[in-house]
Amino acid sequence: MAKLIRDFKVLSNNRISQDYFILELMSPDPLLKIMPGQFIQVRIDGSRETFLRRPFSVHDADYERNIIKILVQIAGKGTETMSKLIPGELLNIIYPLGKPFSEPDSGEKILLAGGGSGIAPLLFLAKHLSQQKINPDILLGFKNKDKIIENEEFANYGRVYVTTEDGSLGIKGMVTQHPVLLEGKYDRIYCCGPEAMMKEVTSLAKSRNIFCEVSLENLMACGIGICLCCIVKTTRGNICTCTEGPVLNANELIW
Amino acid sequence: MVNLSFKIGNLNFKNPVITASGTCGYGIELEDFISLEKLGGIIVKGMTLKPREGNPYPRMVETPSGMLNSVGLQNPGIDYFEKNIYPKLSGLDTNIMINVNGSTIDEYVELAQRINNLKKIPAIELNISCPNVKMGGMAFGTNPVSAREVIKSVRNVYSGILIVKLSPNVTSIEEFARIAEEEGADAVSLVNTLLGMAIDVKKMKPSLSTVTGGLSGPAIKPVALRMVWQAAKAVNIPVIGIGGIMNSNDALEFIMAGATAIQVGTALFIDPLTPYKIISGIEQFLEEKGFTDYSILIGCINKNF
Repeated sequence: MAKLIRDFKVLSNNRISQDYFILELMSPDPLLKIMPGQFIQVRIDGSRETFLRRPFSVHDADYERNIIKILVQIAGKGTETMSKLIPGELLNIIYPLGKPFSEPDSGEKILLAGGGSGIAPLLFLAKHLSQQKINPDILLGFKNKDKIIENEEFANYGRVYVTTEDGSLGIKGMVTQHPVLLEGKYDRIYCCGPEAMMKEVTSLAKSRNIFCEVSLENLMACGIGICLCCIVKTTRGNICTCTEGPVLNANELIW
Repeated sequence: MVNLSFKIGNLNFKNPVITASGTCGYGIELEDFISLEKLGGIIVKGMTLKPREGNPYPRMVETPSGMLNSVGLQNPGIDYFEKNIYPKLSGLDTNIMINVNGSTIDEYVELAQRINNLKKIPAIELNISCPNVKMGGMAFGTNPVSAREVIKSVRNVYSGILIVKLSPNVTSIEEFARIAEEEGADAVSLVNTLLGMAIDVKKMKPSLSTVTGGLSGPAIKPVALRMVWQAAKAVNIPVIGIGGIMNSNDALEFIMAGATAIQVGTALFIDPLTPYKIISGIEQFLEEKGFTDYSILIGCINKNF
């Protein structure tokens, strides 16, 4: 699939919580098709601390307006710099990268399980599924009720379940303790979140014999398969997360 | 029009911009962005006789103006390359070169012999400077006796263009450049990465699974430039400059220090178009100065003009 390097224009930068913001980025030419789970590599200029590009899952794509949205968690110098971008500024982007979530068969019952910045590709996936008349169940984990983001947006596409670590909203505990994951009847689970959560979700899915895909967040340098830095150990050997993933079948991961 | 072509031995290069081993995959991965045929050449991922899994994750960490890697020569081996990748590359009108690695001299020799039979691979880059493998690699390239032995042994069996990739982790780069020249190398390329490390303070652990790794990027450019300058004065064979080259200005610095050609490495991770930008930047510089051939710039800081 073709990949492009383009200067996208920042249309808006919307702080949605203390730690998260959403960037709307407009392509200078017709947006290439992007599938849920694919990502972009963003170049952040102006600091010796942000030498490499940063990968971000696509949060939404609008082909009429040629816009990509990304949900960004402020986690370090690069994302801190990005949080200060103002409309009109340009951001150099390589896209679309990586392999997307697989398409479900019609009539399958789907669960999306996400935590932290891992919800970024899942909203795009939920929208994509709903366009095919599939309304997934969506399980989201947060630290507490003040950290909850985007649950209303998810509610447009399926039934939302929430866990908070302190029980201030939804079920108290982690995503992996929620009854929908422990007992719900699903044909497919799509998961993205902190590694510990993904490991537990995949082992739950395996034990319950449910097809499960996870979107990995390995550290990347190039994002295009030339540096071999972002590898993950699988039944196929060490493979690049950026080109063979970031979405991988849980059964092939050796964690 | 300005002339950017040059020769190593009898091998012609269209221009002095080559992509560095380990930073351009097998070239194919870059075809979304650039035409490989516009480059002076590409040096494909470090190869070994047998497949190698490389080191465990994490094998990369960003550092100020650079990065550390400890990939550890992950590659599918010569058999796989010959069967599945070579056919895709052999029709290209540019110099496809292979970076050659081994844990023992016999492995280097056997791999060089295999490549000698691949008609569309005109040159090898003998890697005696990889800092990320337990056996071989830098151990050969930081000891004058073993460096000489491995270069001599490979030269005996390899009839193509032999480039020796040198380690910066030595006291005297001149000594190793001279050894390469004495043993019949057609060129030397330098520098490979500098041995370094980083610690994740929050986790109280090394950032890399291997603790140490190879530092690359603009952070090492002044060191690399100094070593290229020293090596170029020490030998009469061409020197290929490598180390943190991000743009045509950097490339011109290496050429003026004495490099006949340069390799673009880590910059490809950030901007895969860097080789194009360097080629056109060198052309523009020559036109502005009124020169018709870039060779006038090679080592020019040592001349009086």
